[in-house]
Amino acid sequence: MSTPLDTLPLWIAIPVALLLIIGSTLTMLGALGLVRLNSFYDRIHAPTLGTSWGTAGIMLASMLAYSWLDGRAILHELVIGSFVMITTPITLMLLSRAALHRDRMEGNPDVPPTSAPPED
Amino acid sequence: MRRILPHPLLTAGLTLVWMLLTSFSLGHLLLGGMIAGLAGLAFARLEPVGPQLRSPWALVRLGAVVSVDIIRSNIAVARLILFGGDRHHRRRSGFVKIPLRLQDPMPLALLAMVITATPGTAWMEHDMDSGILLLHVFDMREEDDWQSQIRDRYESLLLEAFA
Repeated sequence: MSTPLDTLPLWIAIPVALLLIIGSTLTMLGALGLVRLNSFYDRIHAPTLGTSWGTAGIMLASMLAYSWLDGRAILHELVIGSFVMITTPITLMLLSRAALHRDRMEGNPDVPPTSAPPED
Repeated sequence: MRRILPHPLLTAGLTLVWMLLTSFSLGHLLLGGMIAGLAGLAFARLEPVGPQLRSPWALVRLGAVVSVDIIRSNIAVARLILFGGDRHHRRRSGFVKIPLRLQDPMPLALLAMVITATPGTAWMEHDMDSGILLLHVFDMREEDDWQSQIRDRYESLLLEAFA
């Protein structure tokens, strides 16, 4: 079976493969951290591996391979990258604020008290 | 100029996304630019005063600093997840409080993106009234000064970029 990717010359295929390996390895490490780490606040750091260089590596590999195959610059992957960058903090803040609220209500001593003045 | 183009950055960004998703041609530049211009006008109805971009150069420098930091912290966090801490050092995470000078929501949102995109630091909450940001750090080392890291490395460039 032959795919268009078979026509990719070696000198392009090697960086594409390297970028794919870097991106997917970092994403997998992020998932591994999500399983292995102990506290919620530690676990929240692990997936950011996937949303930073995990995404970037896979994105760059795709841009490189398809720009070569099409013979013109294919850059729309950048839109995926920027949307991931813009939307990740929103999810993260929602999750962390919910966790902080729960821990403060339960009086967990490891969590710093709120810096906002108390509401009456 | 401000009445026709109230949000020049937003319009430019939307035009760029339009061009990336279609193709780079004069027709798409005109069509995308027109739609983005209308979107800017519509957004001005919702958000009348946006912060003024004073120095695009500061944003470019911030981008360069952040790209390097993202690569470095990716390697650091990946190693910590794989091997735990090294022999001399056990990983310990913790909260840091940082008083921010930034006030506008727009540069604050940019700072949140920077901090989130850098693995190892997570934006927890920010209090608008006191300006205090609560940060969670994955690997707290005594020699690291997170307060000056955030305030001098990222925040000062953002303060310089936006008037």
